[in-house]
Amino acid sequence: MQTQKAVFKGILLPYLLLLPQMVIIVVFFFWPAGQALMQSMFMQDPFGISKEFVGFENFENLFKNPEYLSSVGISFTFSFFVAGTALTVSLFLAMSASHVYKGELVYKTLIIWPYAVAPVVAGVLWMFLFNPTVGVVAWLLRQMGVTWNYLLDPIQAFALVVIAASWKQISYNFLFFIAGLQNIPNTLVEAAAIDGAGPTRRFWTVIFPLLSPTTFYLLVMNIIFSFFETFGIIHQVTQGGPGQATNIMVYKVYKDGYLGLDLGSSSAQSVILMIIVIVLTVLQFRFVERKVEY
Amino acid sequence: MIERNPLRTFIRHVVLVTGVFIVMFPVYIAFVASTHDLASITQAPMPIRPGLLFFSNYVQAIFEGSKNLGSAVGVMMKNSFIMAMGISIGKIVISLLAAFALVFFKFPGQSFFFWSVFITLMLPIEVRIMPSYKVISDLGMLNSYAGLILPMMVSATGVFLFRQFFKTIPREIVEAAQMDGSSPMRFFLQILVPMTKTSIAAMFVIQFLYGWNQYLWPLLITTEEKYYTLLIGINRMLAVGDQQAEWQIIMATTILAMLPPVLVVISMQKLFVKGMTETEK
Repeated sequence: MQTQKAVFKGILLPYLLLLPQMVIIVVFFFWPAGQALMQSMFMQDPFGISKEFVGFENFENLFKNPEYLSSVGISFTFSFFVAGTALTVSLFLAMSASHVYKGELVYKTLIIWPYAVAPVVAGVLWMFLFNPTVGVVAWLLRQMGVTWNYLLDPIQAFALVVIAASWKQISYNFLFFIAGLQNIPNTLVEAAAIDGAGPTRRFWTVIFPLLSPTTFYLLVMNIIFSFFETFGIIHQVTQGGPGQATNIMVYKVYKDGYLGLDLGSSSAQSVILMIIVIVLTVLQFRFVERKVEY
Repeated sequence: MIERNPLRTFIRHVVLVTGVFIVMFPVYIAFVASTHDLASITQAPMPIRPGLLFFSNYVQAIFEGSKNLGSAVGVMMKNSFIMAMGISIGKIVISLLAAFALVFFKFPGQSFFFWSVFITLMLPIEVRIMPSYKVISDLGMLNSYAGLILPMMVSATGVFLFRQFFKTIPREIVEAAQMDGSSPMRFFLQILVPMTKTSIAAMFVIQFLYGWNQYLWPLLITTEEKYYTLLIGINRMLAVGDQQAEWQIIMATTILAMLPPVLVVISMQKLFVKGMTETEK
């Protein structure tokens, strides 16, 4: 196990060293997170004049509110589609890239490009392609006889934000899959080949199981991404609409709190989101521990 | 690999070329749009080859901006840059100090500090936006660089990356420094920080991207155009209501907004992959 490190002496110094980090954390993390917990137990009038303690009533109201429940459903469906698309496409690309010797660097460099692009910019790019009046792809679809207008059609709007979000996430997954594939010992794959397993069989019986820790880690990260970091895409492309079609939970927190000024409900929604992130993070860390054991 | 089957190799190239096409197509079309005039973009279908107005569109974007927005790319790029650099440098400095204290000292309350830093990994800004907004407004930091930068320095990724690296440093080095009678701060500045160069660079790349691509937070706290970052500017330019959006200027701005992070990632590809797969965040 780990050896005891040589340690510096100092009574005040370590605290002074931690001070800047702690100030930032207390002021910008613990204070607001505490406020969110507090606010979620209060009902406030829109002008912020009076506050009333209501316990868990904000939460009860949320779970009775069909609009909120539909937002929860939409968030899960959204992350299912985004994670599914981004993982499948990137695994396919990584499998191909790891067996290619010519032009490998060019492929890799271009495929990681979207990682550097902000979600909101990803939204702008795809919105432009699919814009009903000026979009190139929208024009193509019209030529093919599809009535395309994502501003009116809920399913088209949903598909568009899924595409933009998956596009953004492919690079991240691709990098991790490449790293994961490199860690699979070649001898194992060769042994399977000598035993007569063809490429497809080798993939399912050797590569895929050995890759599963990476895949699981990425699955969690993709869900976190689709739940939280896609705010920019939704805000830019659909603003949660048409109707409620793309109103994911993070966007609803923003809409109800910042635009609608319903602080109690917005804080309760924040608390629910916090619980979701904590569960996902714990899952992810348990997995990291398991990986260390291997 | 094992079989060298030309057909398989060919299929792999086809898959990769298709992948690259999907990834690059939206970027290419945005670039094409940024080199035409508005009339050619709005006639369907818009051209799919670059036009001749590259120079004049980008000059207009950088120095004047879109008509419905008083802010030009020049100003917004400066703001994005200040925000990204402030977040990266600030976070690297406070994380180095904190990780130094956590690894090389023993003091009462150590694990308490460790856990309070650790828990920040869990809650992204998106889940505590309203209360964070209120804190910043109480502190009078709306529409200020401090308000844009400080709350983004919370997450503990830096502390963790540096802590991991510090723990691999052989204790002999620390003992030697102690025997030479060097003070902790001298050890930190003259030995530890130079040894950590690679991790610092990796952290810088990750934090620069993170800072440059922030959207929700500046959206909440900047209402004055002189504090708009590029991403906010793009959103505002598109909010034209019934009027015609100036697509050629918006797309030029979009390309310019993408350029710095993309260049950072591509030029520092190795470092950035290392930093990313090691912090796993």
